[in-house]
Amino acid sequence: MSTLRQRLDEGRFAVTTEIVPPKGTDIGETIEIARSLWPHVHAININENPHAVMRISSLAVCRLLVENGMEPVVHVTTRDKNRMALQSDLLGAAVLGIENVLVVSGDHQSLGDHKEAKPVYDLDAVQMLHVVSRLMSGEDLSGNPLSGAPRFFPGAAVNPQAEIVELEIIKMEKKTRAGARFFQTQAVYDLDALAAFMEQVRHLDVKVLAGIVPLKSARMGRFMNDNIPGIRVPDALLERMEKTGNREAESLAIARDLIAGCREICDGVHLMTIGWYHKVSALLEGLVR
Amino acid sequence: MIATKQKPFEEILSSLEGEQRIFIVGCGDCATICHTGGEEEVWAMEEKLIAHGKQVAGTTVIDVACHTLKVRNVFNELAGQIEEADGLLILACGAGVQSAAQITGKTVHPGLDSLFLANIRRHGQFNERCSLCGECILDLTRGICPVTRCPKGLLNGPCGGAKDGRCEVEPERECCWVEIYHRLKERGELDRLLEYQPPKDFQRTVKPGRLVLKVPPDGIIK
Repeated sequence: MSTLRQRLDEGRFAVTTEIVPPKGTDIGETIEIARSLWPHVHAININENPHAVMRISSLAVCRLLVENGMEPVVHVTTRDKNRMALQSDLLGAAVLGIENVLVVSGDHQSLGDHKEAKPVYDLDAVQMLHVVSRLMSGEDLSGNPLSGAPRFFPGAAVNPQAEIVELEIIKMEKKTRAGARFFQTQAVYDLDALAAFMEQVRHLDVKVLAGIVPLKSARMGRFMNDNIPGIRVPDALLERMEKTGNREAESLAIARDLIAGCREICDGVHLMTIGWYHKVSALLEGLVR
Repeated sequence: MIATKQKPFEEILSSLEGEQRIFIVGCGDCATICHTGGEEEVWAMEEKLIAHGKQVAGTTVIDVACHTLKVRNVFNELAGQIEEADGLLILACGAGVQSAAQITGKTVHPGLDSLFLANIRRHGQFNERCSLCGECILDLTRGICPVTRCPKGLLNGPCGGAKDGRCEVEPERECCWVEIYHRLKERGELDRLLEYQPPKDFQRTVKPGRLVLKVPPDGIIK
């Protein structure tokens, strides 16, 4: 049974984080990082070819996490595989002891390092979530009965600070109807905006883990504002980072404030530490039982 | 119409290596509109080939190069010139090239790359709006095709990548799902976006496509 699901079902604040696996077979460092993070989190996401950069498969690394006593969240991207391969790999994930699944459509291959690749996108994220539900009900997408149905805790992505919130909520609703039970969000820096968003989606009865990305510098904040869709770092935080004498401490303080705020607003946090793996315990200390 | 682009001349020349006398075929329809294989382009190609030491056995612009019977009639009329040629250079889309390849035993070379089914915005400006997917959902989106205009072909879009309403793949383009949202909102039809769109049936466009109309006894398809 997914302890992430269990914890969220019990209404206890959950923490997930993510590790980008290597481009290659040198998996040692990834497992070490996972081990160092594990005492502080309830599940670890392993990204699948993020930013359309080819890397070792999420599924394989998730299995290694299971073998090392940790709980993974496998990423399923619809960019690279057709409906057959997706179902096939999901069934594989189930027998390999993986239950938490995050479904995303995936960054377009033109953004990555294999630009000439054929885009698959046989399914989109909403359809994939339907497929996950279908498999759980004991049938494949064509209606054939399965000899052994998998169990999953399906999740999806959402952006509380999307440019058109109404459209984002429509999508979130569709994903929920398709079977998503938890959502991990893009990096959040504005608790008021998050609270307003949560009010609007309370009726969906799903668990939301707010994305937390430590703001390492004002420059990073401005870069994200200009380049990453849906991330909005408020001026007040940019100022704090500009004025501080100790950027690392300030960055952690801001992140801790956000995490503390999220405790009142949503169901958990999803830490994207971008290299600051060793700071996770400092980030969470005293905030999460 | 089918948008085409002429292959780089070096590539064309390279494909004609070892052939001295070339017969050039253009197309009076799409390739003319695109300025890749109309009369002007055929003459220009003739001059260029001669300047590079080739001989041109003859030229023709067929009304519609994809009409295989038409191609056969034209090739029969020009049999003398074609016979003299070492190879044919076809300035038409891939359908036209293959018509020619089916009719003649001579070596056939494509002079163009076929790109997409084009809408013509105005003279010289072409964009793709329809991918010939065989399962038209333009009614759902009130006239904006996400299969074509969304690089991910999302049927339950948008994705999380749009920035300032622009597509993450091509920032000069508006995200088509944002466009669809605005259009439906204006019409008070946002509910349509809540309807689940099931996975596409790719059987409809399994390649190669084929369509055969039944011909009644009097030979006239009504």
